Amino acid sequence: MPARVIVTTSGKGGVGKTTSTANIAAALAKFGKKVVAVDADVGLRNLDVIMGLENRVVYNFIDVIEKTCKLSAALVKDKRVPGLYLLPAAQTRTKDAVNPEQMVALCEEMKPDFDFILLDCPAGIEGGFKNAAAGADEALVVTTPEIPAVRDADRIIGMLESMGKSPIRLIINRLRPNMVQDGDMLAKDDILDVLSSELIGVVPEDESVIRATNNGEPMTMTLDSPAAQAYLNIAERILGRDVPLMDLESYATRGFLSSIKRFFTGKRKR
Amino acid sequence: MGFLSKFFGGGNDGSSQKAKDRLKIVLIHDRTDISPQLLDNLRDEMVGVLAKYMDIDTKKIEIDLDHDENAVALVANIPILRIKRGKVADIS
Repeated sequence: MPARVIVTTSGKGGVGKTTSTANIAAALAKFGKKVVAVDADVGLRNLDVIMGLENRVVYNFIDVIEKTCKLSAALVKDKRVPGLYLLPAAQTRTKDAVNPEQMVALCEEMKPDFDFILLDCPAGIEGGFKNAAAGADEALVVTTPEIPAVRDADRIIGMLESMGKSPIRLIINRLRPNMVQDGDMLAKDDILDVLSSELIGVVPEDESVIRATNNGEPMTMTLDSPAAQAYLNIAERILGRDVPLMDLESYATRGFLSSIKRFFTGKRKR
Repeated sequence: MGFLSKFFGGGNDGSSQKAKDRLKIVLIHDRTDISPQLLDNLRDEMVGVLAKYMDIDTKKIEIDLDHDENAVALVANIPILRIKRGKVADIS
């Protein structure tokens, strides 16, 4: 069966597109799938460092499109997880170096050899987004529980719908369960109320995301944190398995100081 | 107790409700944002349909989106000069 092509996008920058792409790609590979993560952020590539493969990049997908090298030469094989590959972006080029037709052709070329092609989309709604989205059949929209991110996600969902992508599923990233409990952060259901999109997972705010980025090792490779578990669950849902949402409330801080705080501020669990 | 709740950083009543309300309004406006080009096309097509039934003063047509706090409406002011009598089928 040819690969499923999924674009990870958000509109707003800095909400965790690249982290999500890397972790879902690694998780799918751990489940035995053959996966290529494509960095579609030409000129501002970062998927290579998030995956910890920056030292092994030789060619990039622009080289493949311009036929400077073969596809197999540009693919970087991750030696830690069998079946995981990275196709890097060019760092010294701009988004104009590629057009949507070339992106579609590139994906078509890879489809027979993989189970999943994950496209890591740049922020924004311009050329870079259109290129990345053009090649994809499905979409993952990443948002955080903040007004600017949800607003941009709404715009992106509208654009993806008009491009005929289906399914378009939502990742709520960097949720802080204790802030939600205190009524100081938009809850999962608040976001789902306003966005016409199906939820595929909620990833809690987690310091191990920063450690994983420092180490260049996607969390789902080692699996010792709440965020890693959340991404693994998302990968399982992509595979069509019915995995219940994590009980994020148990991750809310329940320490001594926070009980005192709750007592004095009168804030109760909602 | 006031200073204590200030000390522990919980002086307000939870900001998520406010975020939710603001988000809803922002999205109502974003989702109904319309380009001048689209509005022109809409206007031309509406005039085309109306012209089958009545003579209208095309110079005085006003079509715009009326943004209220919680809702957006399409408001059209189209002066009619004369209703066309007889069967619509004959006219078109």
